[in-house]
Amino acid sequence: MSVMALDVEKIRKDFPILDIKMNGKPLVYLDSAATSQKPKKVIAAISKFYKRYNANIHRGVYQISVKATEEYEKSKKKVASFINSESFEEIVYTRNTTESINVVALGWGEQNIRKGDHILISEMEHHSNIIPWQILAKKKGAVLDYIKVDRKTAHLDEASIEDQLAKSPKLVSIAQCSNVLGTINDVKRIAGQAHKMGALVLADAAQSVPHMPVDVRDLDVDFFAFSGHKMLGPTGIGVLYAKRILLEQMPPVFGGGDMIRSVDFLDFTPNELPWKFEAGTSNIEGGIGLGVAIDYLKKYRMADIRKHETEITKYALERLGNANINVFGPDIKDTDSRTGVISFEVPGVHPHDVAAILDSEGVAIRAGHHCAMPLVVNVLGKTAVSRMSFYLYNNQNDIDVAIGALDKVRDKFRHSRG
Amino acid sequence: MDIYAEEIISHYEHPHNKGRLDSSSASFHELNPLCGDEITIYLKIEKGAVADVKFDGEGCAISIGSASMLTDELKGMKISDIEKMGVKNVVELLGIDPGPARLKCATLSLKATQKALQTYQKDAKK
Repeated sequence: MSVMALDVEKIRKDFPILDIKMNGKPLVYLDSAATSQKPKKVIAAISKFYKRYNANIHRGVYQISVKATEEYEKSKKKVASFINSESFEEIVYTRNTTESINVVALGWGEQNIRKGDHILISEMEHHSNIIPWQILAKKKGAVLDYIKVDRKTAHLDEASIEDQLAKSPKLVSIAQCSNVLGTINDVKRIAGQAHKMGALVLADAAQSVPHMPVDVRDLDVDFFAFSGHKMLGPTGIGVLYAKRILLEQMPPVFGGGDMIRSVDFLDFTPNELPWKFEAGTSNIEGGIGLGVAIDYLKKYRMADIRKHETEITKYALERLGNANINVFGPDIKDTDSRTGVISFEVPGVHPHDVAAILDSEGVAIRAGHHCAMPLVVNVLGKTAVSRMSFYLYNNQNDIDVAIGALDKVRDKFRHSRG
Repeated sequence: MDIYAEEIISHYEHPHNKGRLDSSSASFHELNPLCGDEITIYLKIEKGAVADVKFDGEGCAISIGSASMLTDELKGMKISDIEKMGVKNVVELLGIDPGPARLKCATLSLKATQKALQTYQKDAKK
């Protein structure tokens, strides 16, 4: 393996959880696609908020409330600059990616989707980018179409993209990276094609923003959704980016405090952007924690993080290939269009058993349908698969331990056959 | 503790009573939506006891192994005794404690059996 651009050993010291043991073995955490671990700085920032300036935001005139408001709003500016949005006014905080997509379905979708309209997603979507559209389509009598996944390359099928776009969908909503296959979709190009056909474009960026440089203006997406907890931030804070004009036209989805400018007995005037979409007391610690997580990621540069993960992924694919483990997703020669997500199966052993035996070796991986049942069941033809996923704190040793644990899986199941 | 006792793995790889019962008196399809494991239990009941039993389905070593061992145990058992069975009996049968993360796998076939019996009793009352 070549010299790494990242000082991973230094980074590992920033993550206290990597010191713990699981079942008596050092923790090998390979489930960052589910949630990432948190650096000390993020944990400390949340703790500091509660210890030093906990107060509600946007209402207090006293010092600590002003400080809490400033820190919370500063975090939105960090998010805006991180994804190269024009302004923090385009950044709406939600609970997570799922809620961000639901806000689009309930706000923009409710207003714009009519009977017979087409909504286009793909076969490789997470449930969070399927169910909101199924609900909307049922309610409105709209049609939900799917771009096919090429079974051989694990990429979106080019011909299928064209066929489906020819139906002139109102919205194209696709994952920038698949949480099962690891495939990186060319959102910029698809957005270009979709816009030509008059569609708006939403990218589910839950698996991309934490792992690679992104630029919403370059991608030219209309909506962009991601979660804080997958990018070193706390749980319960997510982001919906939308082009300003769309946020201005969209009706508020949730009503309550903070999202209004004025209210009388009959009606209300919504607040300015982005507060119009944030009803009730916000997740203040979440916003602040996310801001600090972004500072941390920026320090190590997203391009370098991406490079490191590509190297780790290549190494893992080689080791898995040598161990005769079936791997799903793009080919090993195609790591440029693959993130650090590897779904696999040990022939003859159920993914749950694989994960349980790895757990006993201190290795945390995920098994199941990964909230992408149509992809796992209908495209891959499996009831479940195992998945390992990487982040900036994973090193070659993590992969070696996992491969060693996979050998133990085989031994255990081979033993009884003899 | 190692939950992968050899006996369970052996039952998983060579399950007993696997298949369908065409002349079943009751059956039930139970699924664990978290992991996609699914088991259908077929029961043939005569004089308030299990005359024959088979199971079909797909799942992990714990769910298939326990279904294989449970169906062996069920043969000849009285309905009233099966209804009283619980987690404790499954743990005893397996000889291991599956722990909280895998309890649902271990009890999937018992749950299916008890639900099959419930529908059987309901139908009998009609």
